[in-house]
Amino acid sequence: MRVDVTVNGERRVADDVWEGESLLFLLRERLGLPGSKNACEQGECGSCTVYLDGVPVCSCLVAAGQAHDREVRTVEGLADGERLDPVQEAFIEAGAVQCGFCTPGLVVAAHDLLARVPHPGDPEIREALAGNLCRCTGYEKILDAVRLAASKR
Amino acid sequence: MDFLRPDSLAEALALKAQRPDAVPIAGGTDVMVELNFDHRRPAALLDLTRVEDLRTWDVDGDSVRVGAGVPYTRIIEELGDRLPGLAMASRTVGSPQIRNRGTVGGNLGAASPAGDAHPVLLVADAVVEVASTRGTRRIAATDFYLGVKHNALEPDELITSVRLPAARAPQQFAKVGTRNAMVIAVCSFAVALHPEQRRVGAAVGSAAPTPLRASAAEEFLSGELTATGQWESPRPLLDSVKRRFGELVAEAASPIDDVRGSAAYRKHALSVLARRTLGWAWQDYPGKVA
Repeated sequence: MRVDVTVNGERRVADDVWEGESLLFLLRERLGLPGSKNACEQGECGSCTVYLDGVPVCSCLVAAGQAHDREVRTVEGLADGERLDPVQEAFIEAGAVQCGFCTPGLVVAAHDLLARVPHPGDPEIREALAGNLCRCTGYEKILDAVRLAASKR
Repeated sequence: MDFLRPDSLAEALALKAQRPDAVPIAGGTDVMVELNFDHRRPAALLDLTRVEDLRTWDVDGDSVRVGAGVPYTRIIEELGDRLPGLAMASRTVGSPQIRNRGTVGGNLGAASPAGDAHPVLLVADAVVEVASTRGTRRIAATDFYLGVKHNALEPDELITSVRLPAARAPQQFAKVGTRNAMVIAVCSFAVALHPEQRRVGAAVGSAAPTPLRASAAEEFLSGELTATGQWESPRPLLDSVKRRFGELVAEAASPIDDVRGSAAYRKHALSVLARRTLGWAWQDYPGKVA
């Protein structure tokens, strides 16, 4: 089937999409956007988090066909040209990246949190990131990054 | 595989009548896992996310009709005052990403004994509304769960909404898991006070082939509160009453040993959850019905 979807502000069309395929597969394998990561494929790890119509979701749990005529924003769509989003800057500054695999999902989840709650407390940060796993166990630096991004708002 | 994309409920019901083998998909939090892992290859997917009727809630007299496709996040944000028990259970579902997509309709459709919404639906006297091109039916939650992942839905029917009386007295929900997020319940429990009927609702999840009401516990506590006149003038509950209530809740369950916990642990944990949640609910009970 054909899926017609706006990704990062750009209209994209994919043909011969398998009906049981996930939005994550569509983004990575058909639209050339490998920022969203594929790990658990069951909504447990958050590495594939993207915005779907402005709401953060696990793209592995969205059928590609459900994104038809909808708007998707991936981690690739957060930066403004060469200028990184403040959340991305904060992850770099705080050293909140080890292997980097979980980073795109965490950046999107943190980006959403700060858009909703500009100055979150620690419990709010922890709750907002509860669906994102980091197996390098770098959570402290990640929390630092979110606090840093909030402090610069 | 076919991908069916109805824009209205009428169209969705017509498609389900033509294609009873089509698997409904809303948030995808169960269906996509089965597809991703090759556990299921349905002949068709029926995408319900474009059916606006399923994504709304409204107040109808004393009850609230929650569309089957309203995600948990919206139940938490918009219905916490009217449906406190359901909102509480919704807060324990998965993670923010999962709550943004997952729906009560999906919980009912999957009918997993571990679904977080079930115990609350049972104690809050919820009625499940289902529809087909043949018409609509209302099924009490107590009659909806028939077996492990098996519900009362006919092959041509879709779950359209769940209807619950707006809460007029405290409700509580609690579940046990290894951490706060992303946990499938080891066991769960809900309690609701119904002072206008001099009755208590109690139900367990993830501790029997289906979610179920703990009837003996309900009758014991309802009788105790009525006999001692505590609906009108509540006093702190005796420990012996809370303990007996917990024992009867544990007796109602018929759990198994599995990777998430042993049957013995589940029974013990249920008695603790029942005692605690009853304590919280009773603490908040003002002694008259709003």
